[in-house]
Amino acid sequence: MKLSRNKTADAKERRENIRLSGEERRARRRSAYFLAPSVLGVMTFFIVPFCVIIFYAFVDNPINKEFVFFDNFVNVWNNGAFRRAATNTLSFSALAVPLAVVLSLVLALILEAKIPMKSRFRTFFLSPMMVPVASIVLIWQVVFHYNGALNAWLGPLGVNQIDWLKSEYSHLVIVLLFLWKNLGYNMILFMAAIANIPKEPVEAASIDGAGRTRIFFSIKLRYISPSILFVTILSLINSFKVFREVYLLTGDYPYETLYLLQHFMNNTFQSLDYQKLSAAALIMFAAMTVIIGLLFFAESRFGKDVEN
Amino acid sequence: MTDNINAAMRKRRRIHIAKIALLTLWAGVFAVLFLMPTVLTISNSFMSSTEITANYGSIFAVGQAGGRQFISERVNLKFIPDMVTFKQYITVLLKSPDYLFKFWNAVILTLPIMLLQVAVAAVASYGFARYSGKFRTFLFFSYIMMMLMPSQVTLVPNWLVSKWLGIIDTRWAVVLPGIFSPFSVFILTKSMKRVPKNIIEAARLDGANEWQIFTRVCIPSCKGALYSVLILVFIDYWNMVEQVLVLLTNPDKQPLSIFLSRINAGEISLAFAVATIYMVPPLLLFLHGEEQLVEGITYSGGLKS
Repeated sequence: MKLSRNKTADAKERRENIRLSGEERRARRRSAYFLAPSVLGVMTFFIVPFCVIIFYAFVDNPINKEFVFFDNFVNVWNNGAFRRAATNTLSFSALAVPLAVVLSLVLALILEAKIPMKSRFRTFFLSPMMVPVASIVLIWQVVFHYNGALNAWLGPLGVNQIDWLKSEYSHLVIVLLFLWKNLGYNMILFMAAIANIPKEPVEAASIDGAGRTRIFFSIKLRYISPSILFVTILSLINSFKVFREVYLLTGDYPYETLYLLQHFMNNTFQSLDYQKLSAAALIMFAAMTVIIGLLFFAESRFGKDVEN
Repeated sequence: MTDNINAAMRKRRRIHIAKIALLTLWAGVFAVLFLMPTVLTISNSFMSSTEITANYGSIFAVGQAGGRQFISERVNLKFIPDMVTFKQYITVLLKSPDYLFKFWNAVILTLPIMLLQVAVAAVASYGFARYSGKFRTFLFFSYIMMMLMPSQVTLVPNWLVSKWLGIIDTRWAVVLPGIFSPFSVFILTKSMKRVPKNIIEAARLDGANEWQIFTRVCIPSCKGALYSVLILVFIDYWNMVEQVLVLLTNPDKQPLSIFLSRINAGEISLAFAVATIYMVPPLLLFLHGEEQLVEGITYSGGLKS
């Protein structure tokens, strides 16, 4: 009985679809025109030149155009400066990303614990996002300079003067700037996730006598785990963009541990080495594709578990 | 019996209050840390140049000849100026056009990018949200890829095109790729997809064509997302560094963001005032549109709509 009714409904729908399809198709085509300006621009400035870069990466030079397989990639890979830049970038990420995730989750949990003046605090935590880094590098220099404020404070405690920006501590200084700038954004993502935790399982567990810690780890954390993964990968991607902060703080020639991939690229732009530039861009593109792939995988794999 | 229960309840309540107080304290500590750089920059902008030199001279006054001025050995980080003065602002705004010129450079780079990127993206996002097929799904996927690529990757194609078109070292080299950057398409598509289908259908049955549905139905219901995208794009380009270093190397055309990092010893007393002026536009936008900004960020959490 039920089945047959479904069948007739299906048939009815199909008939309507056929009737609409002419008009529908026209609407579909017309709505495609809306994509035209954007697609044209993206083609011109990103996709077409990107294809040319792929071509450049496999030839010996733009004039001779002789196919050299992976020589350019091998050259870049064996380049000392590229190696150093890649290592520095990765070691920065390894330090910055876990802190960015954990601290922003802590901030979100504090704000979601119904503390007074919650929205005021949210404004404070989010404000660094809107302050141009260029405006506050002065303060960073004043604090972390060899003769700076931090050393002046630590001096009386018996700590020797440290040149924060020109020593192994330089990563720490940049991490602080990175966290200052990015925690607010991550916090908002986490707050949205915490607000979406359904009430019923939490209530059920607390009736069953589960303590707050137990509820947090067994229920809440499980519901926000997709967001944690998402924020982690997003922070990883953002940590590759930290060149901006490093440049504003230390200029063209930073201390060697702060020599990042973008510094390497900038130098290569100046030398007009098309092959090196293209091969390096493609190597980074490949690495990013893997990371973005992980992001998509994480979302399709774990995002569904909790979405209703 | 009831006394016992009451006592237990009172105890639990006391623990709860203590907990909230502790968390608020923590929030306060974080808030101070988050606000300090901004507040210090602003408060230092009201110091006289002698005070700045006295406090920070040991850092910035590397090659400065002198001996008359008192420069402390160590830096003296101060919240409150000895004497509040607007002299620095007067100098910046009236006497040294160089800074205003750089500020103007930032404006004429950022404004067209912001307005046109959002305009192009709004139109495109309607195209993405209205119908989806294999081709559009693939296209949207490539937009997300581009959006997530760091500048190390995207600047190479931008630079190549600028060379071909002969616009390298002109403002166009920064503005044109900025206009077509796929970031706002992503967030606006998500927001457009939330426009209820039956409203669009109703408009269509009333005889509205696609353009009318877009301008009269979708745009008004995506106002919040449009505003938040405007803010996000603005702050990104107001802050731009890497594009400028590669595509616009002429220092006369570079925005204040680059210039501030190159400020030298002689200008240090003005630097705080300049830095403060530079953060005013984004901070005003933030105070005005915080809710929309938060909404926009929430939209960006998750790649699927």
